[in-house]
Amino acid sequence: MALPKHADRLERVWHYTYLVICALIFLFLIAPILVVMPLSFNSEPYFTFTEKMLKFDPTGYSARWYDLLLTFGMQAPDVPRDSSWWSDTWNNAHWIQATKNSIIVGFFSTILATGLGTVAALGLSRPEMPGRRAIMAILISPMIVPIIITATGLFFFYSSVGIQNWGIPYLGVVLAHATLGIPFVIITVTATLVGFDHSLTRAAASLGANPARTFFKVQMPLILPGVISGGLFAFVTSFDEVVVVLFVGGLDEQTIPRQMWNGIREQISPAILSVATILVVISILLLATVELLRRRSERLRGISPG
Amino acid sequence: MKLRTALMATVFTSAAFAANAQEVTVMSWGGAYTKSQVEAYHKPFTAETGIKVNSVDADNPAAPLKAQVEAGNVSIDVADVEFSDAIRLCDEGLLEEIDASMLTAAPDGTSAADDFIDGAINDCSVGNIVWTTLIAYDTNVYGDNAPSTMADFFDTETYPGKRGMRKSPKAMLEMALMGDGVPAAEVYDLLETEEGIEQAFAKLDSIKDDIVWWEAGAQPPQLLADGEVTMTIVWNGRIFNAIASEGQPFALIWDGQIYDLDLFVVPKGAPNKDEAMEFIKFATSTGPLAEQASWIPYGPARVSSIARVGTFHNDDSIDMGEHMPTAPANLTNALQNDFEFWADMDSELSERFNAWLAN
Amino acid sequence: MSETSASDEILTTADGRPLKEALARAQFFAKRRAFFLVLPLLAFILLTFVMPIGQMLHRSVKNEGFTVHTDVTTGARTPIMTELSAWFDQNPSGTVPDEAAYTALVNDIGALDGLRSAGSAGTRINYLRAGSRSLFTKAARKWEKLEAPYQEAFYDLDDEWADPTLWAAMRQASNSYTFDFYLAAMDYTRDAEGSVTQVDENRQVYVKLFVRTLFLSLLITFMTFVLAYPIAHLLATLPLRHSNLLMILVLLPFWTSLLVRTTSWMVLLQSQGVVNDTMVGIGLLADESRLQMMYNQTGTVIAMTHILLPFMVLPLYSVMRPINPSYVRAARSLGATSWTAFRRIYFPQTVPGIGAGALLVFILAVGYYITPALVGGADGQLISNLIAFHMQKSLNWSLAAALASLLLGGILLLYWLYDRLVGIDNLKLG
Repeated sequence: MALPKHADRLERVWHYTYLVICALIFLFLIAPILVVMPLSFNSEPYFTFTEKMLKFDPTGYSARWYDLLLTFGMQAPDVPRDSSWWSDTWNNAHWIQATKNSIIVGFFSTILATGLGTVAALGLSRPEMPGRRAIMAILISPMIVPIIITATGLFFFYSSVGIQNWGIPYLGVVLAHATLGIPFVIITVTATLVGFDHSLTRAAASLGANPARTFFKVQMPLILPGVISGGLFAFVTSFDEVVVVLFVGGLDEQTIPRQMWNGIREQISPAILSVATILVVISILLLATVELLRRRSERLRGISPG
Repeated sequence: MKLRTALMATVFTSAAFAANAQEVTVMSWGGAYTKSQVEAYHKPFTAETGIKVNSVDADNPAAPLKAQVEAGNVSIDVADVEFSDAIRLCDEGLLEEIDASMLTAAPDGTSAADDFIDGAINDCSVGNIVWTTLIAYDTNVYGDNAPSTMADFFDTETYPGKRGMRKSPKAMLEMALMGDGVPAAEVYDLLETEEGIEQAFAKLDSIKDDIVWWEAGAQPPQLLADGEVTMTIVWNGRIFNAIASEGQPFALIWDGQIYDLDLFVVPKGAPNKDEAMEFIKFATSTGPLAEQASWIPYGPARVSSIARVGTFHNDDSIDMGEHMPTAPANLTNALQNDFEFWADMDSELSERFNAWLAN
Repeated sequence: MSETSASDEILTTADGRPLKEALARAQFFAKRRAFFLVLPLLAFILLTFVMPIGQMLHRSVKNEGFTVHTDVTTGARTPIMTELSAWFDQNPSGTVPDEAAYTALVNDIGALDGLRSAGSAGTRINYLRAGSRSLFTKAARKWEKLEAPYQEAFYDLDDEWADPTLWAAMRQASNSYTFDFYLAAMDYTRDAEGSVTQVDENRQVYVKLFVRTLFLSLLITFMTFVLAYPIAHLLATLPLRHSNLLMILVLLPFWTSLLVRTTSWMVLLQSQGVVNDTMVGIGLLADESRLQMMYNQTGTVIAMTHILLPFMVLPLYSVMRPINPSYVRAARSLGATSWTAFRRIYFPQTVPGIGAGALLVFILAVGYYITPALVGGADGQLISNLIAFHMQKSLNWSLAAALASLLLGGILLLYWLYDRLVGIDNLKLG
């Protein structure tokens, strides 16, 4: 986006103004994410930068809120930290429970969404698929329908079939999250399949491979980045989802967002900000993973990243 | 190999959720109030009986309780609800009946029926505390020119600043009328007329732009601490916690307080009904009720417990009795919530309130 | 291959079958294979999504509060208000209730008392006529003391029993299937004769909220467009190396939890929050006149614009990236000013991206619940918050379902538009 040599003064002024505007917009995008990070180290239970923090006085900073994440909900938080303290934390601390639940629900719903979604995307990407438009619309609809409608519908449905009595823990939430994650998997995998060279399957068939072998040995490795991308989207959707969990989740199915929701309404202590910081760091890691995968797939296809 | 690992992982996690035979789930209002119950009821109950107590919170347990019972999907065993909700839910057949004869007698031999205060024992509910809704303000803001009456709350000229109010017509309408000069004794009679309701809404209208609405009990002290509001309606126990435990510079106005009873109920179809009854029997006995008063200034619903009320658990210099809604000094212009009025009119006035809010 | 001779007119395959038939068969198998690949997912979505939503929408037209009592523990269903229904069937609408009507009423209320469903029956009538619930609960407490003539007895109990709107409401509610909740969702109600009229001025809330939701969503869509266009253009015109780095600044908020972002905005926008503190610190604002940016519409708009911004940037970027820069250069070389070149050459090429992004943002904004609930205060509430209120607090599930289906209807219309204009398979998420 270089300034062309023939630009006159007005254009130059506009060009630099434009860059400043873009910088401000990027600041708007990133500032809220970044501002919570130093605040989570606030030694006072306030949401603003105290005098001490602005002067970078070490006593203004502390990791007490991260500690609170470990101790909140424990039976006996003040005893010395030996193995029984750790087992107390592991079993009773609300945030630890919430993390465990989030990971379990996220894992199973991602597996379900990715499995079903990938297979369906394979079918949908075939040109001979009947009723493609209509079916695609139905499959994408969970992303479009307002979440409150989905949550209320699922609450009534699960209550009427008595899903809580089937004995499978988290079933309702896992199914709901899988439903919400499927559109993302479909979109990313179909996008990957668009660029897939079908002559490779024909070549494999001509060499004697049956369809299943072709799929696993030829198609899967090439669409894997798309599948993983879709899976990551589905995982993040489940990990971040709060409305459906509020309605459908049982009382022992507190996930991290639900615990945050409770915390925001109950005690807006900076403990929420510690959780936020940890989640932002995790998002950065996930983002890096996606980027690395993308570069790998481009390398595989022989395109260099410009 | 991958399939096997996945299968093992599933089995492993399922094993971790082996059902707990003996447990009871209690739903309450969260924050400092739940903490007081955990310390005074839940922990001693588990110590004595070995039954595990799961504590869950809601902004108002009556709503999720009704939703669960009507949907046929009940997961709580005991809930702590306001008086008018307890009566209304019982009327609608959504609660289990509680056999009053199972309640523990006072240590000096007085029967439970005599020991509990008026209104505490009903077909489906047993009272535990007396609590109140009143005004709190930030002393740093008002300094010498401190507000002292309900009318001052509605006076944003003499006492500038935002106001916090509960997002519900309950107690807000009565306070609006009292702030408009209506004597406490006439409030409910007036509220039964259309003119009275309009008068209350008109008074609320006068400060509508300055109101920040809260729903969870822990929010008003937070709003005061954040400086979002300078005066707020709040439940006395929560604000006491902010002052005594956190050292916040708040003060209370007892004029125009509206006190009410809270009771334990058991939803119909509760999964652990027997444990629920045991819990209620334990929690409403003399000792635990008096113990909860050392954590939060809510009056016990039993005479024998009231006699035992002592000092704040963390600070012996604070006498809890003085901070209770029923302390004589605090009752100068108090109003007892009319549970029958609200049992009948809650849904209609809530609708009107929402319409007024949205406009 | 096939053999043709002057006498053979139909092409055949190697094994003698007509080519057309063989082709059709092969195609049929291919279609079936493709369909079976999709079938598991389709069945899953139909079962776990379409059916629950359908069931919920069914509630919007069916409410048995005044017709059937369902026991909460056993699930047993008992018809209620049967005698009164019979009287309604025998007497056309508008008939003044006579002694027979009141006798039927007292018997039915006695039955209600036995089943403890006076409250829920009264609540059903309350939806149509405010203040009716207390009439039923009072009557249920005192019915045994009533004596014939029942008409007088009821008037003594409470003179509201004479109100014709009450009887019209009871007649309406005697039918399990009704459109009353849709009427209520649009601020209409029925009067004493049963015809549709508008609800009182001070009770009209739903249409206002729909309009407010529409307005705020349009505002948010416009703001995201204004903010997204410059940075999408920058990202699309920078070399890939640099744009990927800057893209992180767009994707990181996208990947960050919604609650985290909303909490951050609460921290920033509070009266004593970071933004106000900074402005007071550098002297832009006096301490007493801090901006009120939270718990009102401003808070909702700012937070939602931020949260939905990536959804506008990504489609715009994916449309702008492949645009050939030589078109603009060609326009400049033909004498166009940079503004004309932009307006007439560049901008029209980005319109599909704008359409896609705008529709996506709008559809998402209309259904939002969390952010308005946390930072919206009273006047920043959207229709989803009211649906949630009726679901969780007032427990008027039929009204919640009616509001939800109206919302869903509007969104499906937009979705259909989106499909027409852009095509769902063209949705790219960067």
